[in-house]
This record gives sequence, structure tokens and C-alpha cells, in this order.
Amino acid sequence: MPALPSPPPPTDDTRWQLVDRVMQRLDYQPSALIETLHAAQDAFGFLDKTTLGYIAARLHLPPAKVFGVVTFYNHFTLQPKGEHTLAVCTGTACHLKGKDRVLSWMKERYHLVPGETTADNKLSLVEVRCVGACALAPVMLTDNTPIGKKTFEEATTIIKEWLGDES
Amino acid sequence: MNREELKNLADEHSRHLEGFTHHILVCAGLGCPDNEAIIAGLRRVVAEQHLDKQVLVRKAGCMGLCALGPIVLIQPGEITYHNVHPGDAEEIVAALGKEPVPRLLLSEDLPFFTRQYKNVLALSGRIDPESIEDYIAAGGYGSLLGVLTTMRPADVIRTVQESGLRGRGGAGYPTGLKWATVAKALGEKKFIICNGDEGDPGAFMDRSILESTPHAVLEGMIIAAYAVGANRGYIYVRAEYPLAVKRLQRAIHEAERKNLLGHAICGTSFDLTLQLRLGAGAFVCGEETALIASVEGRRGSPRPRPPYPAGKGLWGCPTLINNVETYANIAPIIRCGAEWFASIGTEQSKGTKVFALTGKIHNAGLVEVPMGMPLREIIFEIGGGIPDGHTFKGVQTGGPSGGCIPEEFLDAPVSYESLSALGSIMGSGGMIVIDETSSMIDVVKYFMEFCMEESCGKCAPCRTGTVQIHRLLTRFQERQATADDLAMLEELCDLLKSASLCGLGQSAPNPVLSSLRYFRQEYLDRMIPADTPGEANS
Repeated sequence: MPALPSPPPPTDDTRWQLVDRVMQRLDYQPSALIETLHAAQDAFGFLDKTTLGYIAARLHLPPAKVFGVVTFYNHFTLQPKGEHTLAVCTGTACHLKGKDRVLSWMKERYHLVPGETTADNKLSLVEVRCVGACALAPVMLTDNTPIGKKTFEEATTIIKEWLGDES
Repeated sequence: MNREELKNLADEHSRHLEGFTHHILVCAGLGCPDNEAIIAGLRRVVAEQHLDKQVLVRKAGCMGLCALGPIVLIQPGEITYHNVHPGDAEEIVAALGKEPVPRLLLSEDLPFFTRQYKNVLALSGRIDPESIEDYIAAGGYGSLLGVLTTMRPADVIRTVQESGLRGRGGAGYPTGLKWATVAKALGEKKFIICNGDEGDPGAFMDRSILESTPHAVLEGMIIAAYAVGANRGYIYVRAEYPLAVKRLQRAIHEAERKNLLGHAICGTSFDLTLQLRLGAGAFVCGEETALIASVEGRRGSPRPRPPYPAGKGLWGCPTLINNVETYANIAPIIRCGAEWFASIGTEQSKGTKVFALTGKIHNAGLVEVPMGMPLREIIFEIGGGIPDGHTFKGVQTGGPSGGCIPEEFLDAPVSYESLSALGSIMGSGGMIVIDETSSMIDVVKYFMEFCMEESCGKCAPCRTGTVQIHRLLTRFQERQATADDLAMLEELCDLLKSASLCGLGQSAPNPVLSSLRYFRQEYLDRMIPADTPGEANS
């Protein structure tokens, strides 16, 4: 098969190397798409139009197909996240043991609902699928680290600290 | 590596470990937060007191009792400490070889420990998951070497068939039969896949197995690949399990370096390369055809079966797909024999099963019991019953695809048959205990919301049916439901079961149906009384 032209990375940002490395390891096959998207999201925090266009071109996939895959999977996000993230687990044990308490607190105090980021870009609130630490339910992760027991008290302390909320 | 080299490595590492008078094992699983600080604290104290030569502080896998974590195990003596803080390090080190710290000590006579039968979890919490030497010193990879040097693929398949092992992912299909089908399938290229897409919310058996004994899963996979004639394989793990991913990556790399994976494994003519593939948050990818689509880099949409993956799977080639726990059972079966495995459990359900106990239960955590143990024993003896003076209402097995079993059937044994006769399923092993403070309608609506969001949208019954059932359940929750709504709810459940394309849609109505069977009064109590028709129309 004649080689199709492959575009260079959109910018000289070195993080593109992380993305390129995955595509190269998987031989630029179309099946490398999901792994590449993971690498790009890990590198840049989210997936924007430029990133998707570049990956589509490198893997010789129609952009629509790439967009279709990105929007199929919950893990991929097209929106940039804030400096910090509070992730609330939506697993069954967490549902039974009161995950809504922290969500109501966030809504009441900061008018933040899952999927949103504060105006100062300090904090994103997200809901995640069961992380499997059910004995700690309701499970909350601050910047990907699960907080131990007494989740609500610890979470609110950390959030206040992040947001410089001294009240 | 040949058998002798494996034995030498095992002996050498055992001698190294035996050189220490005390071992401090710290659970370094996701469920025990702060474990890094505890390990660092213990190592610092050990170094300060110049005990480096006598005391070895090691990270270990899950010890099961997550509710009382972080857990620390002292060997020799089998001393288990619970709720350990980094600040407890000095006291723990000072007590080595003397009376254990009473404040932290857990009795080893707890039913939680004594009633379990550890097979898959035998090494969990006993070895460092990030050390292949630890696994080898504990007898790991011995089954693989035995298989490669003394057994033909057909012998391996026969052993697995005779053991009676059934798929631990939920459906319970006989593992040996599946292997035999893939082995017989025509095709030059065959693949092997490990399904680690544990999407059932409230279940964490596979996460824990992958985090605690990743090599046991690899060993099972390598044996399976040899048996069916596959030379390439994939392990599909949820992206929500970063620690499991990290440890698996390390395990694959270490196994490759020891020539237990890769080209000409252990000097034989057998090749196998294994690669990790990360899920991206789609429950439907636990379904095998959707998982295959995802490994191929596409949207995780299922397709009709047949053809089954055993005949036409990954890239159209014969593919063996088994669950994490199924693979983890293989090495013990080879090591101890099919007869041993078949002697555990019930007539139709052999061996042990790992369960994740969660919800309103004292000893939330990970347990392994022989098949056939009554649910009551699992929940009230091993699990310690319901906390805070509340009463048991039901136990949900099989998560969003299963059902809720009430008190009156708690003496039923756990087996594929008995749970399905009760209108639930074995599922992958999640057991969520519900007490009287929860409304069944709320629980069922939660599961339906999950299925509605996770429906891939390919077939209409599941795509629109889950939305309609959810809408009806909301009417019950808001006490606005009528008799027509109840009839419609039952009809829709029946429709989804019979007309959906894949397991997600077919099993989505199960929680509703089981709650209608055992907790019907809760639905009736939330209907508009029949003698006030005016309200029903408003």
C-alpha cells in the first residue's frame, strides 16, 4: 500500500511526543485509536478539535469516526478541567451510603453541579463510575486520590483549602 | 527459564525472605488509603533502629477486610492489625517478637477469617504484587512450566473440563468447553483476551485480584493460550483502575524479562505476546462482542451472536475470552488437580467464588467462599451482619443485571442455579447488602438509570425501553403511578428481556422484576388509590 502523507504535530509542544510514541508503538493501525486518545488526554488533560484532527490524520481515520469513538466513551472529555478535581463515585454502595450529601453541599455552597468547573478554574466537580473502593463508600477522589473514611468531612476541608474558602 | 532455573530462583528468593526474622506486610491496595505513608513510616522506624537486617517491610495485596483498613500483617505469628495509621509505626515495630499491640490487634478467630476458603485469594496479601520473585517463591509459574513441559494442549483442556470450572464473569459458561471450542476452531491466527472490564458498580473482585496477584492472572492466560493455540493476547482493563493497570504493566514486563512471555517461552516453541488495552468508561464493553470492538479501537457496540467469538472474534479470528477470576483459577487447578477443584462446591457449581461484600454490612470487603455456602453465612457470619442496629432487607447480587434476594431465601446456597432460580444471577460477585432504610424503588431506579446511561443505543428495545422503565419508576417514586403504569412496567420488562440485542438490555429489567416479585407491596403502596380516579388524570 502506498504510504499516505502524515502531518507533523500541530505545535512544537513536547507533549505531542507522548502521543506520537503510542501511535508508533501500535504501528499507526486504526485499532490504536483508543490507546492514542488515552495518551492524548493524559498529556493535555482533555481532547480538543486540533488533537482529534491530528490523531485522525495520523491513523488515516475519518474525523467523524474519531469523534464517534470519543463521544461513545465516558472517560474522554472535550472540555478542559480545572486545576483540581473532586470526583464523586456513583457506584451502588456510594449511592446507598449518601454520595448525594457532598453533591448537595457543592451545589449549595459553590453552585457547582457535576461536569462543571468553578469560574476561577480552580476546581472541577465530576461524577465517576464505580472505582471499586466500595468499603470506603461514599468514595470521593481528590485529584485521583481516594480519601479515607470520614469522607464528607475530609472532602469539604480539602475543597475549602483549594478554593481559599476560609469560612 | 526452565524448571530447574525456576526452582533455583524460587529457592534463592525464599532464602532471602527467610533471612529476616520478621515480615511486616502492608496492604497496598486501593481500598487502604494512606498505605504509602504507613510503609514509609515503618521503613523509617526500622532503619532508625538498625533493624534492616532483621525486619522486612513489604507492600502486599488486598487482605480482604477493607472496612477495617488499612490492614497490616506481621509474620510469623499471623498477627493482623487494623485501622493502622502512619503514626503507629513505632509501636508496631517495638512489639515485634513480643505481645502484639492490643489497640490494633484483630482476633484471628474472627469468622471473617476462619469461614473463608482461599484459593484465588490464597496469595493475596501474602506477597508483593510488584515482585515476580515473590510470586515464584510462593510456587508461582510452576503450573505453567509443568504444562509446557509435560502436557499436550488437549490434556490441559481435559483437566479444565474435568475440574468443572465455569466462567466467573457472570454467565457461568463451562470454561473447558469454551477452550475446546476455540482449540477446534479453524484459523491460523487465534487470540486470547482477558476481560477485566468490571463495570458492575459495587463489585471489585477483579480489581483486587489484578492489584494483588497480577502474575496469577498472567499464568492462567499463558496456560490458556497454550491450550487453545493462541499467540497473541490482550488484557482489557477499566481505566478507572489505574493501580491495577500499573501493576499489570509491570507484571507483563517482568514476565517478558524472565522469558515467561514472548518468543519461545521457557525454551519451548510456544510464543505469546500480551498487551494491555484500557477501557474508557463504557459498561457495555463487559459484553464480549462489544469488548472485542473496543480492542479493535472502535465504539463498543455489541453485535448479534452467533457467530460466537470462539469461532469469529477479534479481527474475525477465533478468540478465547475469559474473565480475570476465571484465569486466576487455572494455575491452582493445574497444580492441585481437577479432582481437588471438583471436590469443592456443589454438583453444578464447582470451586470457590470471590465476592465483594458492600453496602450496609459490617465487614465490607473481599471474601472467597466455597460455592454452595448459604447466603446467610456469608452476610451474617463472615460479613458480620448489619451495622448500627438496622435490619436486613435484601442482598443484591449481580448488580444492575441481577436481583435482590430477601431475608426468607437467605438459606439458599450460592451457586449459579440457586441464584437464578431466585430471579437473580451469580454475576461477577458483587453483593450489596440493603437495610430497611433504603426504598427498593430507589435502588431499582438507581440501577435502571445506570443501564439507561450505559445503553450503547444500537438496538431500540434497550435504548428506548430503559428510558421508559426509568420514567415509570420515577412515577412510583413520586407516588403518581397507576395500575396501568404497573402493567406497562411489567410488559416493558418482558419486552426488554426478549428483544434486546445483548446482555445489557436483556438483563436490565432483572432488578425491577425481582423487586416486583419480592417487594411488590412497595410498588402498590406508591400507587394512586384506585378510588380516586380524578387524581390519576390530573
